[in-house]
Amino acid sequence: MANLHNSESNYDQDLLQSQPKKQQKSIAPKILIAISFLYVGLVLLIPASNVFVQAFAKGFTPLIEAFKQEDFVSAIKLTVGLALVALPLNTIFGLSAAWAIARNKFPGKALLLSIIDLPFSISPVVAGLMIVLLYGRIGWFGSFLEANNIKIVFAFPGMLIATIFVSMPFIAREVIPVLDEMGTEQEEAARTLGANDWQIFWKVVVPNIRWGLLYGLVLTNARAMGEFGAVSVVSGNIAAKTQSLPLFVEEAYKNYENEIAYSAAVLLALLAVVTLVLKEILERKTHNPNERE
Amino acid sequence: MTTTTPSSLPDRKPSSNPFLKIITKIPWTWVITFTYLAFLLILPIIALLIKAASEPLDSFWKTATSPIAISSYEITFVTAFAAAAINGIFGTLIAWVIVRYNFFGKRFLEAVVDLPFALPTAVAGLTLATVYSNNGWVGSLLAPLGIKIAFSRIGVFVAMTFISLPFIVRTVQPVLTDLEKELEEAAWSLGASQIQTFTKVILPPLTPSILTGIALGFSRAVGEYGSTVIIASNTPFRDLITPVLIFQRLEQYDYVGATVIGVVMLVISFVSLLAINLLQAWSKKYG
Repeated sequence: MANLHNSESNYDQDLLQSQPKKQQKSIAPKILIAISFLYVGLVLLIPASNVFVQAFAKGFTPLIEAFKQEDFVSAIKLTVGLALVALPLNTIFGLSAAWAIARNKFPGKALLLSIIDLPFSISPVVAGLMIVLLYGRIGWFGSFLEANNIKIVFAFPGMLIATIFVSMPFIAREVIPVLDEMGTEQEEAARTLGANDWQIFWKVVVPNIRWGLLYGLVLTNARAMGEFGAVSVVSGNIAAKTQSLPLFVEEAYKNYENEIAYSAAVLLALLAVVTLVLKEILERKTHNPNERE
Repeated sequence: MTTTTPSSLPDRKPSSNPFLKIITKIPWTWVITFTYLAFLLILPIIALLIKAASEPLDSFWKTATSPIAISSYEITFVTAFAAAAINGIFGTLIAWVIVRYNFFGKRFLEAVVDLPFALPTAVAGLTLATVYSNNGWVGSLLAPLGIKIAFSRIGVFVAMTFISLPFIVRTVQPVLTDLEKELEEAAWSLGASQIQTFTKVILPPLTPSILTGIALGFSRAVGEYGSTVIIASNTPFRDLITPVLIFQRLEQYDYVGATVIGVVMLVISFVSLLAINLLQAWSKKYG
């Protein structure tokens, strides 16, 4: 009893002592939260909401008018087309690389991981330059391509290569940690029960990594549809032919056609909003089981 | 210069471990991985390096250190560093607020921080150029004070700040989550002031991750093209950054000039990547 009483009074004393500190603390968080919101507001939110304000300042008519322009529609088609080809290819690569890295021990694993990450640190303009030096007229394969009448630079294939380059690492990066965490027990169990590689992949691996994979896909798609620098270098920016939506935005802005620039920009901003919402949902799905452990 | 040839990469190690053997039975994952990397990543890098190596050293040096190039490096690196550094402060603060406090709009704040990852850079450039132009929302407030943001070096700084913010928040946040609150409470109960607790207990284990975040943000800002080219006037010696210089060289069909400056950028990417890896290794020591 004495002990209990003692600890209780200690507790009281603690409470008393911490009272002034608590009060001090209750102001500090509010200030810090306010600063955070102010900074994010100034740096991110004002510019982001401006896109919507400018685009819909005159209602929906500018956007509807924009859809009547051939260049605008073909820019959308090109952007979607680039993503439609780049995404599956990068998914196959990302899954293969993730599997190879997560399921094997070998020297140089860290190096391989760094190599896969390289596209994140190389400037998009330098990436575009490298593609020009390979496939452009003066490039390594330039004369061969010209002789065979294949156009890569200033055409869709070059833009595709640029898109693939800049969005390459996302899927591997998101799937590797999931594979690591999942372990190999389930795969082994399936194997001993007589499943083949394909069955193991579809019935055991995919259900486990699906959220991580989807997360990687969302990020790949956002980058693929939004890439500007690398695609700009290799595209030649020919309206209605090699002009993707981000390139269309810049060209319209340079020509002082703000209205249509914002019509194109708002589509890309909507893509960003969808990306962020999906990201939030998927982040919770992939990371929450982690935190519960 | 070309030490990483594709052929030296495959490490298909025959494993003696029986269960690894079962798994490595799928060699085509390796084939895809290395073919993809070789053709789409390594080959282009080699093409750039060989093109640069075919240039005599003295003329390479002359192009790489021409006054316009030097001024573009200065503008790019100093501005990118300033942007990453200011985000180092505010990004850490935002990470702290997200990890430690519960408040209305927390999930919103957390999601919005990732906006620069999701918003295409051309859109970022367009809207920043509008908001910070002399008759834009923010620009019009600053114009009477004689501060011009869009089409100046400050505009480049604003764009770089925009794109590099999430790198710091996202790098510091997980480390802060793992940081034990007990340590701070122990420091308090031992009589440390709030400032002492912050500088002696919280900051040391966070430092490597803050620096990693700054390095990641810096490296992204240095390479940025889309938003900066739109908000800047791209005038040499004033706000012309290196990626734009490379682009202009290419537009003038000056492939050698573009290549030389491109190699300078590439080397800097490699150095920052190395620095980031070292910083991450350092921060793991704390973990």
